[in-house]
Amino acid sequence: MEEVLRFFYDNRELIFIIILSIFLGIEVISHVPAVLHTPLMSGANAIHGVVIIGAIIVMGHADNILAMVLGFIAVVLGTLNVVGGFVVTDRMLEMFKKKKTKN
Amino acid sequence: MEVFTSQISILEMSYILASVLFVLGLKKLSHPATARNGNLWAAGGMVLAIVFTILFHKKDGAHIGNIPWILAALLIGTVIGWMAAKKVKMTAMPQMVSLFNGMGGACAALISLMEFPHIPEALIVRHGMLNGETFTILMGLMIGSVSFSGSMIAFGKLDDKIGDVKTKLMRYFNLAFLVLLVAMVVYIMLMQGKPDMIWIYLFTALALIYGITFVLPIGGADMPVVISLLNSFTGVAAAFGGFLYNNQAMLTGGILVGSSGTILTILMCKAMNRSLLNVIIGAFGGSAVGAADDGDKTVKEISLSDAAVLLSYSQKVLIVPGYGLAVAQAQHLCHELDDLLTSKGVEVKYGIHPVAGRMPGHMNVLLAEADVPYEKLTEMEDANNEMNNTDVVIVVGANDVVNPAAEDDPASPIYGMPVIKAWEAKNVIVMKRSMAKGYAAIENNLFYHVKNRMLFGDAKSSMQKLIAEIKNL
Repeated sequence: MEEVLRFFYDNRELIFIIILSIFLGIEVISHVPAVLHTPLMSGANAIHGVVIIGAIIVMGHADNILAMVLGFIAVVLGTLNVVGGFVVTDRMLEMFKKKKTKN
Repeated sequence: MEVFTSQISILEMSYILASVLFVLGLKKLSHPATARNGNLWAAGGMVLAIVFTILFHKKDGAHIGNIPWILAALLIGTVIGWMAAKKVKMTAMPQMVSLFNGMGGACAALISLMEFPHIPEALIVRHGMLNGETFTILMGLMIGSVSFSGSMIAFGKLDDKIGDVKTKLMRYFNLAFLVLLVAMVVYIMLMQGKPDMIWIYLFTALALIYGITFVLPIGGADMPVVISLLNSFTGVAAAFGGFLYNNQAMLTGGILVGSSGTILTILMCKAMNRSLLNVIIGAFGGSAVGAADDGDKTVKEISLSDAAVLLSYSQKVLIVPGYGLAVAQAQHLCHELDDLLTSKGVEVKYGIHPVAGRMPGHMNVLLAEADVPYEKLTEMEDANNEMNNTDVVIVVGANDVVNPAAEDDPASPIYGMPVIKAWEAKNVIVMKRSMAKGYAAIENNLFYHVKNRMLFGDAKSSMQKLIAEIKNL
């Protein structure tokens, strides 16, 4: 029990951020129209590519070949997620914009 | 904790800014007029976080090393990701999103895999493996792996490379796997010393298999919901990474996607009038159907010339597109038909079901690509209100979204799902390749309806012939 309490105390700020972010995430998208479900999902998909920062940190401090290779793969995959995600979303939304100009 | 330096401070500031940009980006993404900007803002936040991490991040006083290699990896990822995203056809968008999601999941899993050997000895001496760091790593590893393998299966299903596996056995199998995974987390955490890496590899393998068996039994039509769910999984995996590195940008970005993704998943389920549990357990299946089988059902065909005459002398025509339109790439021809009829004084509208196609909004994107004016697209409720005054409904490659069973057959798995009530119009023409069932694999009584006539053939060629026929009138 003490370990759990200690873990909470040591990480209280992060836990705070997590709880508030959960509410923020719910609040921010709760009124999205059905038409935007797909682009929104795709955009959110690109945002979780932020995991690439972890990959960069791992690779930046890699001290053996295995870690280097795995880190390299992780950074490539993370970049794919980020770049691919944002570009695909942009392409989808480009079409919506075309409609708008005709309005 | 790092000691204060101005660089660390700048790094943290960049993370705050990135988080703000993520939030604003998501907010803007949920409004049609600002959506494209929102995407760019979020992308800007990402670039900021990446650049400042490379420049200023420090661990135990050491800067990020191996920079040439990191840049090389970034370059490779950028080029491949950019090209893949630019080249993919609009119809294949759902698969692409799933693929990119899987990459993120794999990235999160790899990080955890590499960080496991680095759990500080001091921590283990004090508490054994029962510590926050171990838990965070195991969770990131598990969720990331499930998200990766699950997304790959979803990708395969949407790409028609993998069929549905429908057996009740899978359900128990899945449950057993989940229990096994949780048990392994507990087991590893109760160890006194650091376990052999073989345990971790075994754990990873199990998580990967679970991802596969989790998605395999879910119907192809439900893949959008599954992708959205896996998307939020990856978000959570990224957040665990943020916890591990005490990195606020990763934490907020990951949690934001985790929570908004979950809400989005629920919204998508609501659009189909089903619960998330119902989707995951997979109630859609051919077996439980057929309660309202009348026995002698006849299908009437319509000839091209009859269809051409019928359409040309109508006042109001409603086109209901579905995934078949996307597959046949017939959206441009659809627009041509629409123009042709409009020039003859026919009022042409499109009725868009919220979940037509394989992703919500799929049809809107597709028709926008073919330059169909925005005001011609009507939503389901409006289309249904106008249905009594509509002369002809043309159903192009849609099936389940016009199935009357949703209204009148309580035994049907789609009972209660809002549908476009094509049968309330004066005439219905269904363009379809064959009498095959739709994605939900259930019988559609609209095809046997007295008002309906079938125009068999691939949507594209049927559309071409129909246009030629109308021109010849």
